[in-house]
Amino acid sequence: MSSRTLRGQVAVAGVGQTEYYKWGQAPDPEFKLAIQAILNACDDAGISPTEIDGFSSYSNDRSEASRMSAALGIDDLRLAVMQWGGGGGGAAAAVANAAGAIATGQAECVVVFRALAQGQFGRFGQGPRRTTISGSAAHTVPYGLMSPAQMFAMRVTRFMHEHGVRQEALRAISLASYHHAQNNPVATMHGNPLTEEKYDSSRWITEPFHLYDCCQENDGAAAIILVPAERAADFSHRPCYVLGAVAGSHHRAAAGVHNDAHYATSTFETVAPRLYDMAKVTPGDVDVVQSYENFTGGVMMALVEHGFCTPDQVNDFFTFDNLVTPNGDFPLNTSGGNLAEAYMHGLGLTIEAIRQIRGTSTNQVRRDGVDVSMMIAGPMVTPVSSCIFGSEASL
Amino acid sequence: MSYLSPGLPAPVAARDGLDAPFWDGLANDKLLLQRCQSCERWQWGAEWVCHRCRSFDLTFEETEATGIIYSHQRVWHPVHPALKEHGPFVIVLVELPHADNVRLVGNLIGDPHQSLDIGAPVTGVFEHHLDNDPVFTLLQWAVGSS
Repeated sequence: MSSRTLRGQVAVAGVGQTEYYKWGQAPDPEFKLAIQAILNACDDAGISPTEIDGFSSYSNDRSEASRMSAALGIDDLRLAVMQWGGGGGGAAAAVANAAGAIATGQAECVVVFRALAQGQFGRFGQGPRRTTISGSAAHTVPYGLMSPAQMFAMRVTRFMHEHGVRQEALRAISLASYHHAQNNPVATMHGNPLTEEKYDSSRWITEPFHLYDCCQENDGAAAIILVPAERAADFSHRPCYVLGAVAGSHHRAAAGVHNDAHYATSTFETVAPRLYDMAKVTPGDVDVVQSYENFTGGVMMALVEHGFCTPDQVNDFFTFDNLVTPNGDFPLNTSGGNLAEAYMHGLGLTIEAIRQIRGTSTNQVRRDGVDVSMMIAGPMVTPVSSCIFGSEASL
Repeated sequence: MSYLSPGLPAPVAARDGLDAPFWDGLANDKLLLQRCQSCERWQWGAEWVCHRCRSFDLTFEETEATGIIYSHQRVWHPVHPALKEHGPFVIVLVELPHADNVRLVGNLIGDPHQSLDIGAPVTGVFEHHLDNDPVFTLLQWAVGSS
């Protein structure tokens, strides 16, 4: 076994977020939102922003590291890392990249962040406005296949076909997120609960996705500050360590025009085993999971690939009662997640995973904080990533 | 008569020419896909190198436009202004067993409310858009063997 690992080498110093808005409704530009989230994370950590010496992001975040460094008056920028790939597949990879830099002495205090203001820039759920199209997209867009929901729907349909999965499994994921959001005052869907009837009567976006199977689009920003593990006890919250963080994709996952041989997957088949190896835990050790909902079907496949149930157990596993706090065996997306808290490209889910270690979630699974808390990022894209945080006791 | 309303982006060959023979083939009612001349296997989407044997000796060869439905989706939300009044339509992912199971995306012609069956045989239909500038051809699919 290789001794090269992130396990226990890096700790969370602070987390921060802005207020979350419906898309296009943020009162501030995207870059200002990013600054606010980072400063809030500094406040949470009780550190000066000038301690930050690195930035790690993903999905081509527009708040560029050098400008951020200049804006915050940082003296000694050491790390500026961008994870390739779109969507939220890089949300945990950004943690891995930051942690890797810290563990190898390249940086001391790295902020992982993501900012989105879709009023200022484009929306995700609409196709291109142009008269011609070339490249890989030329083989899908002229057939009306151009939105993220459409890019992933046929993977989910194939999985449901192969394993006899019913629509109710997808519905349960959505109901759980909305249920948890009702206890989370910062969730955009706080005060806007979802029922089975409301889900069933909602319009189809593209089958098998109803409206409530699809993430929102939101404006806002979120940030996490990571430091060497030796500093874990320097902060006012319960210490929280990175146990593992990995990224990647299987053989030819990105083969063009939907030619991925492992089509009915969420891209975690090779990634999840590496996460468990690094973290030295098994699925049974995981106390709570935040799993990125771009679309509910991706959550379903991601949890299967992370070993929480087999494909043939999906209908029994994905029930509302099983997925909610305080009584479910498998509390999922306890902040409301991308569906009902806010769509921060998964960074909100990562922060919730950390809150569960600290014992500060609004749907806390164990009162004084859990020991092993997982975040799964961006299922069905490539590359994907996932990470596990742990308490002092988990080390 | 095209399956979808006019106004969606028209496909043109990649600027580097990678998939140009495919689009030229469709214009002539032929399905041309990439085949490695070294290991003789088909591959799709097009790439500059064979992913199996890393040979650069790839050509576009004609193959039969028949296959089976590998997966499908019935789309309801208009993702483009040209589709605003269109109503639901069907996208299929078609697998070609006679060409190393490569897959193509297209629309399934016929009633948009028809039942969609994974594994059903489908046959290609060349849909020419000669009134458009630039002209282009799509490969659509209809249920049934040729």
